[in-house]
Amino acid sequence: MSDGRHRHDAPASPYLENHRTAEESAELAERTARLEDYLVEKGLVARDALDRLVELYEQDIGPMNGARVVARAWTDPSYKLRLLDDATTAIRELGFGGMQGEHMVVVENTPTVHNVVVCSLCSCYPWPVLGLPPGWYKDFAYRSRLPIEPRAVLKEFGLELADDVEVRVWDSSAEIRYLVLPERPDGSGTMTEVDLAKLVSRDSMIGVARISVETE
Amino acid sequence: MNGVHDMGGMTCFGSVVAEDKEPVFHDDWEGRVFAMSIAASGRFGSIDGRRYALEIISPGQYLRSSYYERWLMRIEQLAEQKQATASDDGTVLSATDAERAAMAGRPATRKVGRLEPRFSVGDTVRTRLLQPAGHTRLPRYARGRVGKIARLHGTHVFPDTSAHRLGENPQPLYSVEFAAAELWGPGVNAKDKLYLDLWEDYLDEIGQI
Repeated sequence: MSDGRHRHDAPASPYLENHRTAEESAELAERTARLEDYLVEKGLVARDALDRLVELYEQDIGPMNGARVVARAWTDPSYKLRLLDDATTAIRELGFGGMQGEHMVVVENTPTVHNVVVCSLCSCYPWPVLGLPPGWYKDFAYRSRLPIEPRAVLKEFGLELADDVEVRVWDSSAEIRYLVLPERPDGSGTMTEVDLAKLVSRDSMIGVARISVETE
Repeated sequence: MNGVHDMGGMTCFGSVVAEDKEPVFHDDWEGRVFAMSIAASGRFGSIDGRRYALEIISPGQYLRSSYYERWLMRIEQLAEQKQATASDDGTVLSATDAERAAMAGRPATRKVGRLEPRFSVGDTVRTRLLQPAGHTRLPRYARGRVGKIARLHGTHVFPDTSAHRLGENPQPLYSVEFAAAELWGPGVNAKDKLYLDLWEDYLDEIGQI
């Protein structure tokens, strides 16, 4: 943890060094600036449109959106039915939708079924409800291993599943995007929808974590 | 193409390393590359063609590069190949247009093409043992395997042709359920399942092969 990263037991990737030197980063920034100048000059993009898109995905579109969907499903049984039947429309009801969320499916975790999402071929992810994916979701270790050894990968996230729990891996091979509806935690019975939303983590909606109520 | 991007089932990449308090973009240039990719996406062909552009990055370079480095290489290549075309009326996407486009999305469903699904929920199917020369979304680990239709998704653009400007060829898309043991052998939990979204042209009825 001393380097700000949470390392697990297995050896880290021998292929990919996560960090770039200052020189390498400077070169990437220069290449990007040259490309931006070219695209602006050609009339393909406008700089203020780029500014707005960065701001949108840094501030407005993130896992807090998905958390609101989950909290609503936990507190409103008819919403939950609509969500499981037609997630795209039900998520739109709360004002979320768009790029990489055009065709949504929500899969429900229960005491006997645990769902977890991956994209082994690239890094498909439901942007409108979860924002842009974390680094580990895009890394080769997760993309390659989750399909073949989901239980071992989940264990690296600290989630150990009993043998009698069925694991369902959803490999996002088309334009369908998946959101996991986590189990509502014990001890949350009296909480409001707003407070419940604060409990819901990004990782629980990908399926690599469960949610618990802090008892401090 | 059987490329290195098709990595489902490989076990050589070590442990999953999660970063605490990870920012959306680690560096300003990543945000700019992301935004350029989104803002200019319509000018660089279909999403399938753009995915293929990532897949043909040479394997060594693919493995050595981060996600946004690959995105940067992709736009550089597409720009170099002059595949980008300005809009007909010469307008550039404004900040408001860009936001509206992101919030609207671009559905992959079509009301034309093959509208009548050949398979129903519960049907047993076998994936074709395809070795396509170009883009495909049928991972190697799931070729020639037996699964069950779990859900119908409607008629979707077919990436294998769309990526190569050979037409959208819209056809039924299915969620197909595989027993983990069917894909990986007897060493896995017999209860576990894996689901893929597969187009009709990837599937055969059992008994047809």
